[in-house]
Amino acid sequence: MKGEKRRMKKVLLMIMVVLLGITVVSCGEDTKVEATEEGKVLNIRVWNTEFKDRFRAYYPGYLETKSNGDDLLDDGTIVKWIEVANDQNGYQNALDVALQNQASAKDDDKVDLFLIEADYAKKYANAQYALDVIEDLKIPEYSLSQQYQYTKDIVTDEDGILRAVSWQATPGLFAYRSDIAEAVLGTSNPDEVQAKLDTWEKFDAVAAQMKAQEYLMLSGFDDAYRTFSNNMSAPWVDANDNVVLDQQILNWIKQTKEYATNGYNHGTKLWDSQWSADQGPTGNVFGFFYSTWGINFTLLGNSLEDADGPKEVGNGLYGKWRVVQGPASYYWGGTWLVGAKGTDNPTLVRDIMLKLTANEKIMKQVTLDVEDYTNNQKAMNALAQDETYGSPFLGGQNHVKLFNQSAGDIDMSNISPYDQGLNEGIQTAFRDYFLGTITFEQAWAAFKESSTTKYPELKFGATPQDPFAA
Amino acid sequence: MNKRKSKINYNKWGYRFIMPFIIIYVLFSIIPLLQTLYYSFFEYYYRFGGAQKVGPNFAFFDNYIKVFTEGKFFKYFYNTMSIWVLGFLPQLIVSLLLALWFTSTRLNIRCQRFFKTVIYMPNLVMASAFSLLFLRLFANNGPVTNMLFDSGLLNETFSFIDKAVPTRLLISFMNFLMWFGNTTILLMAGIMGIDQSIIESAQVDGASASQAFRKIVLPLLKPILLFVMITSLVGGIQLFDIPQIFTSGTGGPEAKAMTVMMYISTLLGPSKQYGLAGAVSTVLFLITAIISITFFYFFNRESFKKGGDVR
Amino acid sequence: MNRQARVNLFLQKLMVYTTLVLFAVVVLFLFYTLFVNSSRSHFDIQKGFSLLPSDHLIRNFNKLVANKNINVFNAMKNSLIIALSSAVLTTYVSSLTAYGIHLYRFKGRQFVYMFILAVMMIPSQIANIGLVTILYHLNLVDNFYVIILPGVAAPATFFFIKQYMDSILPFEVIESARMDGSKELQTFHRIALPMIKPALAVQFIFAFVASWNNFFLPSLVIQSPSKRTIPIVISLLKSSSPDTFDLGPIFVFMSLAIFPMLFVYLIFSKQIIKGVTLGSVKG
Repeated sequence: MKGEKRRMKKVLLMIMVVLLGITVVSCGEDTKVEATEEGKVLNIRVWNTEFKDRFRAYYPGYLETKSNGDDLLDDGTIVKWIEVANDQNGYQNALDVALQNQASAKDDDKVDLFLIEADYAKKYANAQYALDVIEDLKIPEYSLSQQYQYTKDIVTDEDGILRAVSWQATPGLFAYRSDIAEAVLGTSNPDEVQAKLDTWEKFDAVAAQMKAQEYLMLSGFDDAYRTFSNNMSAPWVDANDNVVLDQQILNWIKQTKEYATNGYNHGTKLWDSQWSADQGPTGNVFGFFYSTWGINFTLLGNSLEDADGPKEVGNGLYGKWRVVQGPASYYWGGTWLVGAKGTDNPTLVRDIMLKLTANEKIMKQVTLDVEDYTNNQKAMNALAQDETYGSPFLGGQNHVKLFNQSAGDIDMSNISPYDQGLNEGIQTAFRDYFLGTITFEQAWAAFKESSTTKYPELKFGATPQDPFAA
Repeated sequence: MNKRKSKINYNKWGYRFIMPFIIIYVLFSIIPLLQTLYYSFFEYYYRFGGAQKVGPNFAFFDNYIKVFTEGKFFKYFYNTMSIWVLGFLPQLIVSLLLALWFTSTRLNIRCQRFFKTVIYMPNLVMASAFSLLFLRLFANNGPVTNMLFDSGLLNETFSFIDKAVPTRLLISFMNFLMWFGNTTILLMAGIMGIDQSIIESAQVDGASASQAFRKIVLPLLKPILLFVMITSLVGGIQLFDIPQIFTSGTGGPEAKAMTVMMYISTLLGPSKQYGLAGAVSTVLFLITAIISITFFYFFNRESFKKGGDVR
Repeated sequence: MNRQARVNLFLQKLMVYTTLVLFAVVVLFLFYTLFVNSSRSHFDIQKGFSLLPSDHLIRNFNKLVANKNINVFNAMKNSLIIALSSAVLTTYVSSLTAYGIHLYRFKGRQFVYMFILAVMMIPSQIANIGLVTILYHLNLVDNFYVIILPGVAAPATFFFIKQYMDSILPFEVIESARMDGSKELQTFHRIALPMIKPALAVQFIFAFVASWNNFFLPSLVIQSPSKRTIPIVISLLKSSSPDTFDLGPIFVFMSLAIFPMLFVYLIFSKQIIKGVTLGSVKG
């Protein structure tokens, strides 16, 4: 009896020692063990420098950039940036090939993280290419609780699994010139201006007022497109590959044609030189539809008289722009981070996602620095309520407060994998219609032509009716 | 006996000398072309904007039928040819004139080296840089456009980039500028190869300058002209860089500047339509071959009749 | 010459010079705009053009060089490597082939000649697309070899050199070299190549320029930033991303891209003209 008890004690002791040993080893060596299991190289695929700059400025693990463009992290991992411009689908083409070769690629060459845009998010946010954020990458739901729901909806697949995360919410607004508002509407106060613009009917009425005083309401034909297209009631393409012309798109066509005929817009194209010039001191356009990233990166630059001069009041239109919600809530673009299936750096991917899309402190700092609207409700609410926070470029207006109000209304549920091609296609095809060169039916035929070239499986039904037909 | 042996021996060297060219060509051009041809008989693309593979399923001539019935190919081919003709005809005439002027002892143009250098310079510039520059110059608020408005030469409602014909003209013009220097130099080479004494004796016999040109110079220039025409044709059919960048891939107003290569490149975009692109490429190649052979035949009727030999 | 003929001649010369000057003005204007814009600010460039250069050259240049994401000098180095290799290999292989066809009467010679001419008719971009597809499947992308090699088999270069050899390389020269004990390849290197130097110079330039400006194939093949060539970088600079669009540095870069070509061309232009003229004088 005594012997057995002693033996049992010995066994128990041994078990305890072993258990203790395992715990010590695995806990103590926690990060180290994981580091040797992880790859030494992190491959990130992007199409421009936005995320690179963000990463270098805000990711805590970032150490330095080497002369060949690679980044070095504090644990020795090398970050390789593979940048392929979006032009002519270059980015997606290269990405597709890399993803197809993922299984056979060497660990150091595997795609680890890649960025996607709203327009083609549906194509990649699925089980085939993207890791499950919650289950695979082990990011707990509560960490993402501060993110805006719509930024998660858009990258949630049919099975309800979240496949990507974003650092920005991109609510869209209408930026207007306070000096023109004063002259034509008698006020430049954002709340009062919003009251005059909060429905499309009122918006059209103001357009006529603008014209009467020799101002233009909008610059390009495509300026208002997003505001309509984001409020579609159904996706572009239904389950049977039929292309559906939503009423909202038809409304955009109708409005733009009217504006073009009446001379309310300037016939420019987004990003072209005339469009940019219209935002500066030589322009006479009342307003532009813009999203958060656009205010600081594009509108600000275009509004200056002297591009290299100090960015302050007195330099061109700096300080003269204000923002309001406009006739409808919408979003514009946005970039998501996807953890690639088959990556050999899951822990690092997880950390990057957490730090750069879910860390309240970092997100708030980003907004303070570059005025981007980051994907953290708590941080944005704090800034919205901060009386002292305002954008000097917008004359002191707290645009975060404004975006904050509209962010809740955004609905991203009607996206389709065909959005990019169809959105671009319809804008291009109908440009000639707005210019008066071709008829509505011809424009629709052109749209059909380019769409079937891009996506062969699409089916087009009968030509919709010309909205101006008697 | 010995001599014959060594002659055969030497001739075998011919194979060795041409080997590198043949090998490289087969590896890098023939095999890819065969693969393109192979896929043209299959239904093979990616749906959902590139997310899901469809095929390859054997589909006989379906792709070819689609090419011929859909009508897009012919529209874009017509665009391509229009742009080519608009650019090439002037190019040929101007280059021939320039070549004649430069080589004419009678005219004795000075500063030839300067002019020749200048007209060749556009060829050195990348198509992308060139197109970017032109896009800026001829934009609706661009400097050249403004200049033409101010001087009253153009109505203020005119637009270079929003109308089909001016867009095509500009693209042809860019093509012209980039290549006419090259063509001039080549034609100069051809003209200088003509023995002046033949022309002189003809003129002694009473032939006028234009007669001498038509009856003597032109025929002797045939090989070079043929070369120029065929290389220009192949280049023109493949026209991609300039219209792609100038119209940002859209094909311009009413897609009237969309060339066949732009079409193929869009087919190979997100949907990666290997099948249809293969068929279009094959049809394009066949058309190019037919036109080239026609040129070749017309220029070389005599040598063909005699069962001509390589010189 | 009688008076009428002299007047005619004068009018003709006038017309010729006017046309030449017109062309020169157009071309030079384009280049001038390119260079002038390198020295102006983005805002000014967008506003219009000017005849006078501005003072932004250093600023634009610094901005271009400081752009860590687009390593300008690296791109120029890459383009240089690729273009030089292409030019050398293309010229060499085409000469080999032309020599082979010119000198040796072997079985199938006619066929090979026709074949190479037929090759000229094949749109090379179509072959490039097929090639890139295969390369991706084999995972052989992102290197310089697959950009340099396909262009080496250039029928146009072959044709030009062959024509040149036809007029300037009589068989007797080769025969006497053989009798002196020179081996075939030696003869080619020691005797034939020097004799066709002007043609080589001409084709070297053409091949160099074509490779330097080539965008299509490299854009499909290159992925690492460190391997980018100049045309790829230009396309990245001009991409419609709203945040980094500054025209000043773009123009500086385009100017930088053209200088080497202009320089090489001006050096070789004498050779080119010599090559073109000599090659055509019937032997």
